[in-house]
Amino acid sequence: MVGQAFSSPTNIFTPMSTPAHSIFGLSLFVLAITATIFIVVSALLLYAVFKFRNRADDDDREPPQVYGSTQIEMAWTIIPILIVVVLYLATARVIHALQDAPEPLNALNVIAIGHQYWWEFRYPKLGIITANELHIPVSDPARPRPTFMQLLSADTDHSFWVPELAGKTDLVPNHPNRMWMDPQHTGVFLGQCAQYCGVQHAKMLLRVSVDGSEEFAAWVRDQQRPTFPYAKSAAGRRVFEQAACINCHTVAGTPANGRFGPDLTHLMSRATIASGAAQNTPENLRLWIQNPDSIKPGALMPAMKLSDTDLNAVVSYMETLR
Amino acid sequence: MTSHAIQMPDAKIETHIWVDTLHEWLTTIDHKRLGLLYIAYSLLFLLIAGVEAVVIRIQLMHSHNNFVSPQVFNRMFTMHGTTMIFFVVMPVLFGFGNYLIPLMIGARDMAFPRLNAFSFWLTALGGFLLYFSFLGGSGLYGAGNAPDIGWWAYAPLTARAFSPGHSSDYWTLALLVSGFGSIATAINIIATVLCTRCPGMELSRMPLLARLYLVMSGMVLIALTPLSAAQIMLLVDRYLGGHFFDAQAGGSAVLWMHFFWIFGHPEVYILIIPAFAFMSEIIPVFSRKPIFGYPIMVAATVAIAFVSMSVWAHHMFTVGMNSMANSFFTITSMVVGVPTGIKIFNWLGTMWGGRLQLKVPMLFAIGFLFQFLIAGLTGIMQATAPLDWQLSLSYFVVAHFHYVIVGGILFAIFAAFYYWFPKMTGRMLSERLGKWHFWLFVIGFHLTFDLMHIPGLLGMPRRIYTYEPGRGWDTLNLIITIGAFLQGIAILVFVANLFISYFKGEKSGNDPWDAWTLEWVVSSPPPVYNFASIPVVASRRPLWDEKHPEDPDSRYE
Repeated sequence: MVGQAFSSPTNIFTPMSTPAHSIFGLSLFVLAITATIFIVVSALLLYAVFKFRNRADDDDREPPQVYGSTQIEMAWTIIPILIVVVLYLATARVIHALQDAPEPLNALNVIAIGHQYWWEFRYPKLGIITANELHIPVSDPARPRPTFMQLLSADTDHSFWVPELAGKTDLVPNHPNRMWMDPQHTGVFLGQCAQYCGVQHAKMLLRVSVDGSEEFAAWVRDQQRPTFPYAKSAAGRRVFEQAACINCHTVAGTPANGRFGPDLTHLMSRATIASGAAQNTPENLRLWIQNPDSIKPGALMPAMKLSDTDLNAVVSYMETLR
Repeated sequence: MTSHAIQMPDAKIETHIWVDTLHEWLTTIDHKRLGLLYIAYSLLFLLIAGVEAVVIRIQLMHSHNNFVSPQVFNRMFTMHGTTMIFFVVMPVLFGFGNYLIPLMIGARDMAFPRLNAFSFWLTALGGFLLYFSFLGGSGLYGAGNAPDIGWWAYAPLTARAFSPGHSSDYWTLALLVSGFGSIATAINIIATVLCTRCPGMELSRMPLLARLYLVMSGMVLIALTPLSAAQIMLLVDRYLGGHFFDAQAGGSAVLWMHFFWIFGHPEVYILIIPAFAFMSEIIPVFSRKPIFGYPIMVAATVAIAFVSMSVWAHHMFTVGMNSMANSFFTITSMVVGVPTGIKIFNWLGTMWGGRLQLKVPMLFAIGFLFQFLIAGLTGIMQATAPLDWQLSLSYFVVAHFHYVIVGGILFAIFAAFYYWFPKMTGRMLSERLGKWHFWLFVIGFHLTFDLMHIPGLLGMPRRIYTYEPGRGWDTLNLIITIGAFLQGIAILVFVANLFISYFKGEKSGNDPWDAWTLEWVVSSPPPVYNFASIPVVASRRPLWDEKHPEDPDSRYE
């Protein structure tokens, strides 16, 4: 109902995964109860205002002075208590089902690490490190394959929120958290950091690509493959490795092994840069390397102040990181 | 000029009087003057924080807007929240309490008049310290300006690594200082209510306002002290090498959240209980009936105060507590709804069978009832932990708590202004401007905050300075901004009403509303000593007894 009225890729009322779906079901129940209460009480209020308002032809006499009624007050104490009990039982069931769900053996494990202002995703069993765009397999209801995530933070608090897949869970430093999802449809699902984490909290965007099992297997193979050194990028690679870039960025198989910024090994496999702030095009890459503030003011990547030749070389090197 | 030399002595005397008046106000220990100072101070900050809200709303009018930079936007929402809670709503409620409590319980002043003045000036210093950050926040680093850490200032964003300069120190000191002011005022109110009541005014005969302020003050003592402690711990972390909240060194970011919300949630009730108090005075008078079920109203207030101390972690459903903790805070948060519901029903019971005088104070009171009902119901939704995993940190929450604080508390405060302004100044506020104020504000309020729930349901997080197009948020945010402007205009009408009516309003006399509590016995404005001779009361409505000697309340209590 609300889902149809407002089309949005981040609508909590179009659940695509079990956690989001259980929450959706519970929300309809809670909505029904609260809507009933609202209709009853606001009708009483409106009735009272119209029925008992002072009229022009009223005399000055005071109305009967009533001080209270124990029976009526008992009634409007006990009925709400019963409603609360029902609501609580329905809620506790969902809390337990979602939070205490056992992790099946075939689950995909991902470690998500929040950084100011980007996401790092590590797949410990697959040896993959990537950034900002999470790839997970679709979970066929017949043969479910959920994704279980461990949530960590490298600096301040963040929160992982992809409304169509699951409720949000915070990434708190020194306080590892856990969440899971089992999307039943393929596609790209959008979300973003929900816990205020600093200047660029707004552009800490999230993309979750839910792939069919074969596409996912292919993506895993691509990510595990080392990058291929292209001859035409040798100049760019030299600039990259001699400037400060390698202090923060990793390109597997090269001396670049910084960990402060996103891993660039397979940069070209991603659709966006700067945590979703811009499309991954050569022009945007150039702009980003030259002056990150022009895309994301307050981002922690410094402007590299490269000469035009060096800048072009680095961008063409980036384009080879497939 | 020389030909008018004879005029000179007059002019000199006038200057002298002006300085004298200022001196009297700055050094006053009269509870009424301090009350008015609190109110004036909070109105000043209401305007400032209102401008901040408008800046926020202009920036969010459409996606990828560049009205202000992200840095400025983050300062704006931090300052808006901190100012509204600590330097608008708290002081205005303390102001009304200060003004009304001694008058309502037949006392000549608060129990500790000098402490009272001290509290006010501490609070005032707090607000000015917070705003001095715009000048002094950059410190030696040239970094920062006003604080940009959000009004909860979650660790470790407040650590020196993430918040260089002094901006968050001004935030910390402002809250610490004004917190001490609030604690002292709470002690003062408790002592006043318990020790200075006039003869015959037993606790069970006190006006509900005094009763509710007593409960609220007790909560201030319990809830504000952890906040002050946490602020000191934060200063230790920042300057003395402590590691309470320093996650990199084994400290706990979650500890700060607990400290903050164990203050922060009761704080909501600290703010709403005085609003309940205004409603419990205004609704009976304008319904021409006594409050329905006085004892259960008191019991419900105490129950709210008690239960609200154990709900704080419902602000933390997303930070990764275990399922037991989430269930516990779900049930306690839902249970608060029961005594709150009782209150709404009892106000309805008061109106039922009455003869409603739909003057401006009552209009705001009816607005309060309607909006507070909705705020309570969206509160139930968020008390449902799994639902909160979606709703928390989104614009749904922002809509919910503005429904509480604007739709509930601020409406109650407006009702109180229209109701007690005649007592404070001797003149009525204009009903005509008052109705303009009411309807503009109601329309603006509902445009803004009804619609604001929806972007939250569509996945819009709070505290973002801009957003992506194509998420279905654009149109909604534009209408929300238009509503904010309407509210701004309504506030200007209100301020104009205050000024115009102060000078030209209709004279009110002692008792313009034909009310029943003791403040309406004395002249308007009341003399410094309040009562020429201390009154003696025999029931909850002493003026009813006087006006209806054939049928006094004392017969039924």
